[in-house]
Formats: sequence, C-alpha cells, structure tokens
Amino acid sequence: MTMNAQGRPTRSDAPTVNAAPTFTGNKALQIEEALIFEVGHFAGTGVDLPEPNGGVDRLGGLNRNTDIGLPGLSEPETMRHFVRLSQKNYAIDMGPFPLGSCTMKHNPRLNEKIARLPGFSDLHPLTPEAQCQGALELIDQLAFWLKELTGMPAVAMSPKAGAHGELCGMMAIKAALEARGEAGKRTRVLAPESAHGTNPATAVQCGFIVDAIPADKTGRVDLAALKENLGDDVAGIMVTNPNTCGLFERDIRAIADAVHEAGGYFYCDGANFNAIAGKVKPGDLGVDAMHINLHKTFSTPHGGGGPGSGPTVLSEALAPYAPVPYVHFEDGKFSLVETRRAAKAEGESAKSLGRLTAFHGQMGMFTRALAYMMSHGRDGIAQAAEDAVLNANYVLSRLKEEMTPAFDGYCMHEALFDDGFLKDTGVETIDFAKAMIDEGYHPMTMYFPLVVHGAMLIEPTESESKRELDQFCEALLSLAKRAKAGDVDAFKAAPLHAPRRRLDETAAARKPVLRWTSESSVQAAE
Amino acid sequence: MRYLPLNDADRRQMLDIIGAGSIDEFFSDVPVEARGGSFDLPDHAGELEVERALTAMAAKNRAASAGPFFVGCGAYKHHIPATVDHIIQRSEFLTAYTPYQPEIAQGTLQYLFEFQTQVAALTGMEVANASMYDGSTGCAEAALMARRVTRRKKHILSGGLHPQYAAVTRTNLELVDDQVIIASPDVEAGEDPAAMIDDETACVVVQTPDVFGNVRDLSPIAKAAHEKGALLVAVVTEAISFGALKSPGEMGADIVVAEGQSIGNPLGFGGPYVGLFATRQKYLRQMPGRLCGETTDAEGRRGFVLTLSTREQHIRRDKATSNICTNSGLCTLAFAVHMTLLGAAGLRRLATLNHEAACKTADALGAVPGVEVVNKSYFNEFTLRLSKNAAEIVENLASDGVLAGVPGGRLWPDDPKAENLLIVAATECVTDEDVEMFASKLAKAI
Repeated sequence: MTMNAQGRPTRSDAPTVNAAPTFTGNKALQIEEALIFEVGHFAGTGVDLPEPNGGVDRLGGLNRNTDIGLPGLSEPETMRHFVRLSQKNYAIDMGPFPLGSCTMKHNPRLNEKIARLPGFSDLHPLTPEAQCQGALELIDQLAFWLKELTGMPAVAMSPKAGAHGELCGMMAIKAALEARGEAGKRTRVLAPESAHGTNPATAVQCGFIVDAIPADKTGRVDLAALKENLGDDVAGIMVTNPNTCGLFERDIRAIADAVHEAGGYFYCDGANFNAIAGKVKPGDLGVDAMHINLHKTFSTPHGGGGPGSGPTVLSEALAPYAPVPYVHFEDGKFSLVETRRAAKAEGESAKSLGRLTAFHGQMGMFTRALAYMMSHGRDGIAQAAEDAVLNANYVLSRLKEEMTPAFDGYCMHEALFDDGFLKDTGVETIDFAKAMIDEGYHPMTMYFPLVVHGAMLIEPTESESKRELDQFCEALLSLAKRAKAGDVDAFKAAPLHAPRRRLDETAAARKPVLRWTSESSVQAAE
Repeated sequence: MRYLPLNDADRRQMLDIIGAGSIDEFFSDVPVEARGGSFDLPDHAGELEVERALTAMAAKNRAASAGPFFVGCGAYKHHIPATVDHIIQRSEFLTAYTPYQPEIAQGTLQYLFEFQTQVAALTGMEVANASMYDGSTGCAEAALMARRVTRRKKHILSGGLHPQYAAVTRTNLELVDDQVIIASPDVEAGEDPAAMIDDETACVVVQTPDVFGNVRDLSPIAKAAHEKGALLVAVVTEAISFGALKSPGEMGADIVVAEGQSIGNPLGFGGPYVGLFATRQKYLRQMPGRLCGETTDAEGRRGFVLTLSTREQHIRRDKATSNICTNSGLCTLAFAVHMTLLGAAGLRRLATLNHEAACKTADALGAVPGVEVVNKSYFNEFTLRLSKNAAEIVENLASDGVLAGVPGGRLWPDDPKAENLLIVAATECVTDEDVEMFASKLAKAI
C-alpha cells in the first residue's frame, strides 16, 4: 500500500463489492429529499417579521378564517431542501445539453449581474417616465440591435416568450388583413409538417385554419406543393428558417415571393435565428414578421422552462399594427405609448393590434440580452453563429460513421439523425437517449421534427469546445456500436445512474396527482 | 471572445476533418443577395466596458428602495429574503431546460409540484398549473378556457379589473370574434357584475382587491354566474392578500388567476413575472399550460413528470388548449422558495403588516385638506380623490423624492373622471418616516 508522508494510505485497498441499498436511500452525493409538506412546520416560519400593532381591520368583513395549510421552513432547512433538489438536475453549466431547436448555450454571469442592478431590478413598471429614462433607453437600444441584426424596420418588444411572439406576429397579419377588408376571406395559414407545435396552435388561437405543407426529399419546404396550396383564401405562411431539420430553406426567396404574390404574409419562426445572426438579415429574405427567442439566440437563461422573451420584428407592411406599448424618442426624451388611442394620436400606429401583456415585456430578459449582445458585438455574434454551425457539422461528420443522418449534405446549427442505424437492434430512439444520460449527457431532442422517423436532433451550440465535442461523439459512437452489437437490455434499462430510473408517465396521466395532500403523505409513509 | 471556446487552430482542424474548405460552404444555401450584409453595430467589448455602459443606464432610473415609495397597481415592492436570489442563481436551476427528461430534472419537477400545491392552497382551489407568463396573460387564458368549458362567446369584465388586464383579454378574445363587455371604471365598487350575466355569458371576470384597492365579495357573483351556467374568473394582482382575505375558492370562483410577483420576484420594470392559474378538478383537462404530476420510477420510488401534455401544443398542435410553450420557470422557483420560508404563518403576518401600513398611510393622507380616501374597504392599496390633477401631483412629488402612486390618467388616459384619482399602495417596506414625508409633501403640493 502507498503511504503519504504522514503514514496515511493514499489508496484504498478495500475489496470491490456490489452496492447494496443504503439505509437512507441516499447514494453519497445523491440525497433523497422529502416534499416541504412532509417536513412539517405548518405553524412555523423562516422569516422574522415585526409584531403587528393590531387593532385595524378594513377588509370589509372578508377575512380569511380558514387554514391556508402551508409549512414554513427555517432558513437552513429551506436552503438545504432546494440545494438538494438542485443536485437532481442536469444543466448547461455541467455539460453538453444538445437539445436541438432549444439552443442551450452558455449563460454569462455578467448578464445576471446587470439584471440585478437596482436601477433595473428594483424599478416599478409604472414609475413616472422622468424617473425611468434609463430603462426606456435600454429597451430602445435593444430594439435597435434587433432591428439592425434582422434588417427589419420595426420590433414589438412586449411578447413574453417565443410562442407569444408568434401570436404577436400572426395577430399583426390578421390586423393587416382586416385593414384590407380581407380577414373574412383569408382564413387559411400554411405551415410545413416539420413546424414547431406552437405554429399551428398559434394560428388557431388567431382564428385561422392550418394546412400542412409537405417537405421535399431534401428536408425543405416543397415549393411546388406550397404554390398549389396558395390562393386568395390564404392569410400567410409560417416557416421556420433555418428549419427544424437544421437546414436553410434554399428557396426562401421564392417562397416569400409566391406568398406575397398570392396576397399573403410571411411569418418566419425565428427559433433558429442563432444559426445566421450577424450573417444573414431576415429582412433580405422577404420576411414580414419573425419572433426572436432572447433565451435562445441571445443567451438569457432557460431557467428550467422559463421565463422566455420573444420580441417580434415586423416589416413595413405590418409595422402599423404593432402592439402597445412601445417606446418613443423625441427631443432627447423617451416616452411610452401605452394605449391604442394614444398610438392613434401618435399617428405611428394607427391600427395597433392592441395589448399583449400588462406593462412592457420581459425587462429582466432585455437587460441580459443587451449585455450579451454588447459583449459579443457585431463580430462576435457572427462568430458565434459560425462556430455553432461548425460544431454541428463536426458532430454530423463524426457521427455519420455509426449513425444515419436524416438528409444528405451539410447542416446549419443542428444535426438531424433518423433511427435507421438502430433498425433491427430492438433499441429505439428513446432508449438511445436514455443511455446518453448514464454517459453524463442530456439527451438530444427526440422524435422531433415529426417528418423524420425516430428523429434525433443534436444542437451543440458554439459553447462547446472541440475536446468536449470529441468526447461526446466518441460516447455516442460507442453507444451506437453497443446497440448494433445486441446490447438491447442495457438500453431498455437505462438510465441506471440518474437520480431516478425511467418514470411511469402513463400512470401519471391516467390518475393525475398534481398536488400534495395530507392523505397522499399517509400513502407515502405506508 | 470570452464566450467562445474554439480557436482558429480548432476551427481549421475541424474543417479538415469535415472535409470542408471553409465555413462559407455551410452557408451556401443562403441566397447570394442575402449574404454579407453590413451591420451598424459596435464590435465586441470586455466585461468592464459593458458593465460601465449598462450601469450608467441603470443609474438614470429611480429604484423603489431609493426613497418613500407607494406605487402598486399590479406590481408591488416587497422585501425578498436573500436566500431566494441565491437559490435561483444556482447553475442547476438557472441553466436547465424544461424538464422533458425527468430522470435528470427531478429538482425542477419537485419544486413545480410544491409550487402547484402552494398555489392551490393559497387560492383555495383544487388544482393549479406550473404557471403562466404573468397575471395579465393568465387572465386572457382564463377567459379562453371559460369559452371552451361553456362553449359560449360572451365575456364580462368588471370595472374593477386592471385596465391593462382587460386590454390583454380583449385583444385575445377579439381574435376569435368573441363579445367582450368591459364595464366602466368602478372606483367605489358600486357595480353589480351579477346583473350583467345572461344565458350567453361564458365568464365574468372580477378582480379582488380590485385595481382601486377595494376588497370585493365574490360569493354573490359566483352564485349568479353558476345559475346562468357561466364561470366566475377571479383575478388577484397582489398575492400577499391571500394571507388576509377569504380565498377566491371559498367564495366560489371557477378559475383563479393571480400575479405572483409579490412573492419572491423583484419589480423588474414589469417582467418577468409569474402567473398563478388554478381551477376546479372538473375543468382540469381544459386548463392551459404545463402541469407536473407525481408518479413512480422503475424501482418504485416516487418521482415527478410533466403530465397531461395531450392538452399542449407540442403534442396536440392545432387542437391544443393554448399555444403556450414555456412557463415562468425560474420565477416559480423564486415564488416557491419565498413561500417555503414564509409558510402560512409568515404570510399571514406579512399580510397584516401590509394592511396596517396601508391603514396608517390612508389615515395620514386622508387628513390632508383636498384629499379624500375613496375606499370603504382595502387591503394594502387604496384610491385617493384629489382636488387637483393626480399626474401633476405625482410628477411634482417624484421630483421631490416621493413616488406617490399611480395617477388615474396613466391607466385610463381617455377618461377625464380618472384624472384626479391617485392609487396608493403601502407594503411592509413603508416606514413611518415615509408616510410622514408623503403626507407633508402632498399637503404642500395640493
């Protein structure tokens, strides 16, 4: 045995044993954690507040006399609870998070610091304009960056997320059709089969009917099929570009021209703008409206599913219908135009589509996105797009050895594979993805886009180093080889090393348990 | 560039392995006329430069903590325990995605389950979702949900509803050609929404405390709505009020929508916030947004998953209950952490402190000549009728260091009757000195 200078062994000579279940159910750093309701303290609290004076009650006799029934945990218990929970999560700060279409890139902490400056974070949305000039200036500057990068003349800043931005864009289209007196006639929206689910859902929320356009053999919109579907009943098209197969729509100008000739508008889903930011201006492609996911392209954190932010750029044709509020600059002063009527008086937005949210949008995301843009600058934004595309093509090229790309040729920022290489192995896309978890990776996007069988969509982003990508590719290649070698049981059992094995989603949906109740804790204890 | 790990040698080597001559080959599908555009933007900058520029912008704003502060109307200044911001900045929460892979997202899923339980308890409802963007968009979604449940197309919005909530709801409902009746601003809570409900009404939307601060009894409205087969949508913009006031569930609401910002989330100039959304079990499948549910894993251990996603856009596409794709993830976490610290006991005390602060402020301001407190009841916000234009008074006091509240003209610019109204909020952050200063400056200004 090797000893150190103090005579302590530096290497264990303990015999290898199979891990038996522990008494606690914990596994070293993986600690099981109860629900806060099971910890108890229903009369407790973890805050020190002064004793009320008592004696006043102007609640109109509507006092809450029943139990609220929520526990209050002390500060150390609260901290430990949430820290333990955090350790059951995978995150971009831990390793590659190659979710195609989701753009999990590094989230710089400078952005967090800026968002927390009291002048931004502790600022009320209804502060008089003279006392919030800096906030309005920030919104105006971010708007300038977005307009410049997209080559579009206007941007609506208030949409709260990508899907909300889609809603904004489609509402602007509807408002424009109404102004033309054609809203009753133009009721159809065309969207490719490969579209994000939000596209058809949004169109329906706007009162449109959605017709799917097939993809051609190269994974792009079938231009001939699109043209056949166009007519004077079409309000517009919703096309993602680069598309959800990770490909640039090479007929994009022809698509835009055909739609415009038919009297419709072109909504571009900007979810994948990160592949072309700083390189290509959507305004040069004939786009009428496009949302920008600040949480994808401009790196505001995904936060476990939100909050997002979806500013929406608009063409000359749609700009007059932009929602309120918006920032106006005149005589060295910023002001807010907050109502339809005020917009009309301004003369700028005579037919505003209305209001999408209370207040002014996701300011906390604006501060982060602008900090990110200023850090990267014009040159860095373009370099980031190039690196994202290079990384995706590198992954595509290396994985081709064992996996089956869905389409020939290069990709943009994400590499799409089908499950062809798993044929006859018994291993399915989901099994392959779950096996990646045991290798320390978050799985790629699975079964999307719908147009590819058993789809696996890998988006490495520009944040991965070559070393990290090499290890990632080698891990996936080894998994592919194992699958082909007939190791199907191991794949079906995966993941083995995560905080939980596969979860029963069918049972969860069949008999939904959506909250803790005192009865459910009895069950848990039994 | 500090955010990019690749260097030129890596890039060359990678291109060689791919067999591409240059990066440009990957962009060959881009139409020639759209390549190489010019951008009127600066080049990259270091942390110091960016921080300097944005700090200068922040310095032009008046933070709520900078002095006496009484602004509310849907966003409230409350103290946030230091623990909250620490936890939401943990990498594992901050930089995670939507928990679509539950085996490695139990942290997010468990706090969503706890959040849903907290929201259901606070609102007095049976089920809550994993949040909406904010209260106002939640309000629009509630009306759309009532439309699906009742298959009716008429919506009545109370004159006590925050006008921006009403505007958002109208904008969404106009899209599907529904009829929206917005009652005129009801400063003294004298309207009778129950009388406006008929057999075609999908829902009646009532806020309590309303935008003027009045506490409203929803019970008679719920009764009237249910008699006509309509739903009552209750809106709450101040979540701290759940600690003092009878819950909307107790009063018979069918859907409760609330702005959760007050618990754990900063003012942030209006967003991101967190929309609370709760309803009755029987309407569960018409509910929009994400839901987290309990289940077991392959070893029989308890775990959590996103569930009932057949309502959602990524599965149902054009048949989805809503196009919503995200929730307010990190803001729900901030809410859950703060609520875990507070507990029911802490929330009740906090609510009482808010109410006392408002009573004290109202008494001090009401004693100023030319100032009348309109409300008969209120929680932590009330309305003053001034003898002068309120916007001018607010401007005047703001330049004197006091942010006095929201002038009626800001929310109802087209309604001359609102011009002299001033809506004042007072929370636990307000001190006796703040109140004295406000009263003395108001006396001078009037």
